[in-house]
Amino acid sequence: MLLKQDNADIKKNLDYNVEKIRSDFPILSQLVHGKPLVYLDNAATTQKPLHVLHSLENYYYKQNANIHRGVHALSQEATEAFESSRIKVKKFINALGKNEIIFTKGTTESINLVAQTYCRSVIKEGDDIIISEMEHHSNIVPWQLICEEKNANLKVIPIDDKGEIILDEFEKILSERTKLVSIVYASNSLGTVNPIREIIKLAHSFNVPVLLDAAQAVNHLQIDVQELDCDFLAFSGHKLYGPTGIGILYGKVNLLEKMPPYQGGGDMISRVTFKKTTYNELPHKFEAGTPNIAGAIGLGAAIDYVSTIGLDKIAAYENSLLEYASEKISDLKGLRIIGTSKNKISVLSFVLENVHPHDVGTFLDFEGVAIRTGHHCTQPVMDRFGIPATSRASFGMYNTFDEIDILYNGLKKILEVFN
Amino acid sequence: MNQELRELYQQVILDHNKSPRNFRKIEKPSFYLEGYNPLCGDNITIYLQLDENDIIKDISFLGSGCAISKASASLMTSLLKGKTKQEAKKLFEKFHKLITSKIDEEFDLEDLGKLAVFSGVREFPARVKCASLAWHTMVNALDGKCEKVSTE
Repeated sequence: MLLKQDNADIKKNLDYNVEKIRSDFPILSQLVHGKPLVYLDNAATTQKPLHVLHSLENYYYKQNANIHRGVHALSQEATEAFESSRIKVKKFINALGKNEIIFTKGTTESINLVAQTYCRSVIKEGDDIIISEMEHHSNIVPWQLICEEKNANLKVIPIDDKGEIILDEFEKILSERTKLVSIVYASNSLGTVNPIREIIKLAHSFNVPVLLDAAQAVNHLQIDVQELDCDFLAFSGHKLYGPTGIGILYGKVNLLEKMPPYQGGGDMISRVTFKKTTYNELPHKFEAGTPNIAGAIGLGAAIDYVSTIGLDKIAAYENSLLEYASEKISDLKGLRIIGTSKNKISVLSFVLENVHPHDVGTFLDFEGVAIRTGHHCTQPVMDRFGIPATSRASFGMYNTFDEIDILYNGLKKILEVFN
Repeated sequence: MNQELRELYQQVILDHNKSPRNFRKIEKPSFYLEGYNPLCGDNITIYLQLDENDIIKDISFLGSGCAISKASASLMTSLLKGKTKQEAKKLFEKFHKLITSKIDEEFDLEDLGKLAVFSGVREFPARVKCASLAWHTMVNALDGKCEKVSTE
């Protein structure tokens, strides 16, 4: 078990100045119910650093104009800021080209885009799409919709008691009928980091493309899409310390080129007549209408901020927080951690005997501690573990060991009241 | 404990949560209905046994939920036994008015009886649905509705 003494060592070893980071997030220095805010709901959304807030302010104060095709100065400036964010994203995930980076509203829209374009054009009756039992509803329902429409089958890789994918079962259901594998990189309710390299390799041996839902992975794990060789990758800006309403779909260029457009409208066309419309080139083919320009710029700023600190350093620090928290709360009587894989992002889901997660959430709120309680949009995971809901603490780059102690003391108080 | 929290989690509520009354199934109920809160996944099934004069002879519940929803279902079942359909609905209206009222609104606590312990819910808008799930389900069951009740 990690002791307080060790914490100092960890901080030193990591060369990680959490107080400096915290000072970049003004929202953190406020009181909730008279107590200092302890924000442990980072898997739902992360807070935004000043650098991101300033980028949004700067855009609306000084640059606001619609992008593309404008000949005036502001339009060109806005276009440049917007497109330079695309390049930042491209570099961040090491895509081959910026035309592989499509701006969307978020992970959900990115997945729906693939379901409604790629899948709709390739799926036939009797084909299979494979997902896992630990998917977020946003990586279940879009496939159900298309499977229903096409009379195709949605197959599910089961998970074990630790909350890990059973790879043998994946091999069993993978076949010539499989048209797509869509899998979460890191689970939002269990924390499990999936063996995606094996999954991608196996899928590719059947020439099946793989979509990675990287919503929870993108702020913990350095992603290199070329090294991973994934075919699609989806994530949201707001879980990467950026704004809400902006997300990314990465796709391999050869797949994106073959796919029909997602939505029709302005910006996605090259020539429109009433007889025939030809579509714009990538990535604009998939970006109909005026996009979330400020959001894209904010996402670029978030990537700059995270990159300056270093995702590897952030991940190492968050892992030490997770380790400390997991050890610490394990000594509470009647507490069970849900999701006990060795390979986890900093998500800590748990249930307390005789205390429902919603009561835990309300009590902790009065200690200033923000956690999430419920099914976390993963009802099949709850069913798998035979529980209605969990309490989930998820750690971000600005959380501290002291905050985990506050969480621990809060839980202790709850157990006293309820038992 | 903080004052607002203490008002929400009164001893009676904690007690009903720990040992819920009528937490069982009625084998041949006149009506039974499942209530569901899609926001949090809480679900409660209410079983009702009515006699020929529409008097509630027996009422019980099963399901899972937070302390507020469990205690609310438990207290409701213990209050409604022996009541007529009309009386049950009237009590629901009183209860509903209480938990959705403004914080400074005054109530005749005597008239509310044991239900007064839920007055603290008013301070927690997010928890009103927890307290009302069992009641909504009961009223719909009494009306013979057989579609699952959802709080949404």
